[in-house]
Amino acid sequence: MIAVVDYGVNNLASVVRALAAAGHPGTLTADPEEVRRADRVVVPGVGHFARAAVTLQVTGLGEAIREVAAAGRPLLGICLGMQLFHQESEEAPGATGLGILPGRIVRFRTTQHVPHVGWAEVRPTPAGRAHAVAGPALGAEGTYYYHVHSYHPAELPDSAVLGTGDYDGIFPTLVGLGSVLGAQFHPEKSQQAGIAFMKLFAEWTP
Amino acid sequence: MLARRIIPCLDVADGRVVKGVHFESLRDAGDPVEQAARYDAEGADELVFLDITASYRKESTTLAMVERIAESIFIPFTVGGGIRSIEDAGAALRAGADKIGVNTAAIRDPELVSRLADSYGSQCIVTAVDVRREGEQWMVMATGGREATGLEALAWMRTLENRGAGEILLTSMERDGTRRGYDLELTHAAATQLSIPVIASGGAGNLAHLAEAFEAGAHGVLAASIFHFDGTTIADARTYLRGRGIAVRP
Repeated sequence: MIAVVDYGVNNLASVVRALAAAGHPGTLTADPEEVRRADRVVVPGVGHFARAAVTLQVTGLGEAIREVAAAGRPLLGICLGMQLFHQESEEAPGATGLGILPGRIVRFRTTQHVPHVGWAEVRPTPAGRAHAVAGPALGAEGTYYYHVHSYHPAELPDSAVLGTGDYDGIFPTLVGLGSVLGAQFHPEKSQQAGIAFMKLFAEWTP
Repeated sequence: MLARRIIPCLDVADGRVVKGVHFESLRDAGDPVEQAARYDAEGADELVFLDITASYRKESTTLAMVERIAESIFIPFTVGGGIRSIEDAGAALRAGADKIGVNTAAIRDPELVSRLADSYGSQCIVTAVDVRREGEQWMVMATGGREATGLEALAWMRTLENRGAGEILLTSMERDGTRRGYDLELTHAAATQLSIPVIASGGAGNLAHLAEAFEAGAHGVLAASIFHFDGTTIADARTYLRGRGIAVRP
C-alpha cells in the first residue's frame, strides 16, 4: 500500500490521481499507524514550512514518517513535503523539520523574479544518473518538470543531489539518500514526465 | 533552464467557455471540461479558469466544474472569479485548484492578499489586475472592468507584491479580445519593476504577439481567442516561439 500523507495541506488529490495514472493507487491518510504500516509513503504539500512542521509534530505523523525512513521503506517528499525532510528552512527560522535529509532549505539568492514558477529543466548529476529512479526519470540530457517555489534545498553532500535546475545559478531540485527521495518540483503537475516519475517511485526497490 | 509559459485561459460564464471583446460581447467557445482536457493534451504549460460572472453577480466560483476539470488534467490550474475570503480560496483549492486568482476582493481588502499568502503560501496566490490607460497612466479597474478604483496600476502591483502575491496576471482592457497584440509597454513596465513573475494578458491575435510579450519581459502569456477559435494548437505556438529564440519546453 502506498500511503499519501494528509497533514492538512492542499494539493493532495492531484498526487493521488498521478499515482493512479501511474498504475499504483495510493491511499490518503492522516493516521500515523497507517503510515507506519505502508509499503511506501508520499508526503506532498504546498504551504508554509512553520505551520506544516508543527502539524507533523502534533499529529504524530512526523514521527511515523521518520520511522518509515529509518526502516528503509521508500519515502518520497514533494515540494514542501521534501523541504520538511530537512532540519530547517530560511522560510521559518526556529521551526524544526524532520531531519531525515542533510542540508537545509534556503531562499533563492538571485536578481531573477521569485517565486521560480514554470517548467524547468532538471539535469541529472553523476549520483542521479546512477540512481534507480532519478536516472531514468531525468534521462541523460535532463527532463522538464513543473516548479513553483521560493525556497530550495542546499548544503547537501554531492551524493545526495540527484538532479539540479538552473535559475541564475545551479540549485538541487531532486535529492535523495538511501530509501528517501525528495523533489522540489511537482511530478503530479508535470504531465507524462511526472506520471513516469511516480511510476518509477512506486516500483522502486531501494 | 526555466521555460516561458503558454497559458490558455477559460473565461467561464453560466457553465460555458466564452470570450468577449473589452470584457463584453461574449461568444461561446465550448465546454470547459472538454476545453481543459484538450489544452492539457496539447501540452499547455498551465491552465487558468476565470468565472467571469462571479465578481459582479456575487456568486461563488463554480466548484463542481473546477473539480471536474482538476480530475481531467495534469498541469497546474489557477482558479479565479469571485474568491473573496480564505474560505472561498480553501474551497477552490480543495476542489483541485493549484493556485487562486484574486482581483476585486484584493482591491476591497488588500489585507486579504497577506492572509491568503500566510495561509496557503505566496506561490499559490495569483493576483489579477485589470488595467485601463488614462492619459499617461495605467489605472486599475475592478468588478470585471466595470468600476474605476483610482489606483495607479504599477503602484498597486507593488502593493500586491509586498503583501505576498506570488504572480501578477496583468490584463490590458483596451487590448482584451481585440487581437491587436498585448500592451507591451505595460508588460515591460510591470516585468522590470516587479520582482514576482508577470503573466501578460489581453490582445493576443497571432503567434507573433506571444513572442513580443515574452520579449517585453513576460514570464507567461495568457491567450484565449487564438487557441479557442483559430485552430492554433499549443504545439504550433511552441514551435513558432522556439524559432524566435524564446525558451519554451520541448
